[in-house]
Amino acid sequence: MPRSTTQQALRDPDARARATWALAAVVLLWPLLLVAQFRPADLFDARNLKVIGGFLGQFFPPNLNGEFLGLALKATVETLAMATAGIALAMVLAAPLGLALSHSLSISRIGPGPGRALGEALRALTRLALLALRGIPEIVWALLLVRAFGLGPAAGVLAIAVTYGGMLGKVYSEILESGDTRPARVLLESGSGRLMAFFYGLLPGSAQELASYTVYRWECAVRASVIMGFVGAGGLGQLMDQSMKMLNGGEVSTILIIFLLLVLLADAISSAVRRTLA
Amino acid sequence: MSAPTLAERRGALGFCVYCWGAMACLMAVVWASFAYLSLDLARLFTRESAGYMLDFIARFFPPDLSAGFLRRIAQGTLETLAISAVGTLLAALAGLLLALPASGRLGPVFKAVTRFLLNFLRSVPELVWAALMVLAAGLGPFAGTLALALHTSGVLGRLFAESLENAPPEPARALVESGAAPALAFVYATLPLITPQLVAYSLYRWEMNIRMATVLGFVGAGGLGQMLYYELSLLHEPQACSVIAAMLALVVVVDAISAWVRRGQMRQGG
Repeated sequence: MPRSTTQQALRDPDARARATWALAAVVLLWPLLLVAQFRPADLFDARNLKVIGGFLGQFFPPNLNGEFLGLALKATVETLAMATAGIALAMVLAAPLGLALSHSLSISRIGPGPGRALGEALRALTRLALLALRGIPEIVWALLLVRAFGLGPAAGVLAIAVTYGGMLGKVYSEILESGDTRPARVLLESGSGRLMAFFYGLLPGSAQELASYTVYRWECAVRASVIMGFVGAGGLGQLMDQSMKMLNGGEVSTILIIFLLLVLLADAISSAVRRTLA
Repeated sequence: MSAPTLAERRGALGFCVYCWGAMACLMAVVWASFAYLSLDLARLFTRESAGYMLDFIARFFPPDLSAGFLRRIAQGTLETLAISAVGTLLAALAGLLLALPASGRLGPVFKAVTRFLLNFLRSVPELVWAALMVLAAGLGPFAGTLALALHTSGVLGRLFAESLENAPPEPARALVESGAAPALAFVYATLPLITPQLVAYSLYRWEMNIRMATVLGFVGAGGLGQMLYYELSLLHEPQACSVIAAMLALVVVVDAISAWVRRGQMRQGG
């Protein structure tokens, strides 16, 4: 039967498995598409087309009028200042929490003694607090803080401080545990206090890594502080939100260009600083 | 044993002119930031403002745990998951399509053009895409899905293009030289080699997109974020508290699952 052998040879040996997987994917995907209200036809709805068409049409040329550029520049500086002040506060928050969390500075872990259970309980509590701080997205913090402090950059700065404080605290403690912890341990065993053991035993070895990670987070904070303006927390985002609500395409495209340049700048600064540190 | 001299102590701490200069610059920048924003931190820590903050926090408790509202939260969570899943899937498909020219298979011109497009898609944040998509597709989860898809296809397209460039070319060449069409050679010889990598990248982005999808609703793009924004606008703090708790729970669960999967993979990898 020469014909059937060639047919067999041409058949995809994996066909059945492929078909099963494809079928399973479709069956799984269908309800998801329904829940996400996946209706591509909406994009071509006449009214939507008119709104977005008119809006995008205004993108060229970008609004380069002097007064608006001045406003945008002010907002840009404000964004950078928000990120910097936010990260500075985050460090103030993260340093004690990171120290409390780090096992390499635990005196009670050296041997059986009083206070071990208390220390562990304190550590668990700190871990939980940090989880809540960084688990809630920064823009949710911003939304809440805008309600408490009013519109403006203060809410944005505090939102960054809280979220990034949580992230930095966790990573600080991990960095302190991952390096060479023997000097600190020796200091602790010979009776030094925890802070002195940190300054003389741990910090010299891990300062670079700590600083480098903080700078990286500053870069992320710049990006985040642009976004947070959308809930009224100041900076470029707030300006973009206003222009978008007025459907002023020219202004939005200017802000987008500035935003892209700002992210590039933050990226360049951060990688330059981290290269010097390394 | 004599006490260490001053010079020795300085050496131990690694002090140097350069570090002092850098520190001074840093302090100046931080101080300038606070001054520019005219942030008065001392004002935040007065008794009056502390009382105000406590009042503000107290309004959020106890959270609304009535069955009806919990059902709405479950619905919102499901919507958030659906937005992130569909958005990531669309992005994976678009990313693969864009990765083909971006990996240089169709010539240097296409490569440069698609690379630029991918960079642009990636640089515009999800929330900005969402605000634009709300204009293009109307309020609701579809706008959020499109926003995630646009941003993520920029990210995945670049990663996929790198995988394609690094894939060994021999199997595909063997098929082409024995007469297979280039498209078939790609599907049967190149794609299977990089599929695990593509899946891993997509799952990783899905994890990030779940987090992102919870907040896209702030500009009207559906999910838990839209619920939170709505409840807070109506000053329904107890309801807002439940939604925030649901967001936190979602993030923590996704984090735990991803850590668990990663640990499993590491063990498998040896």
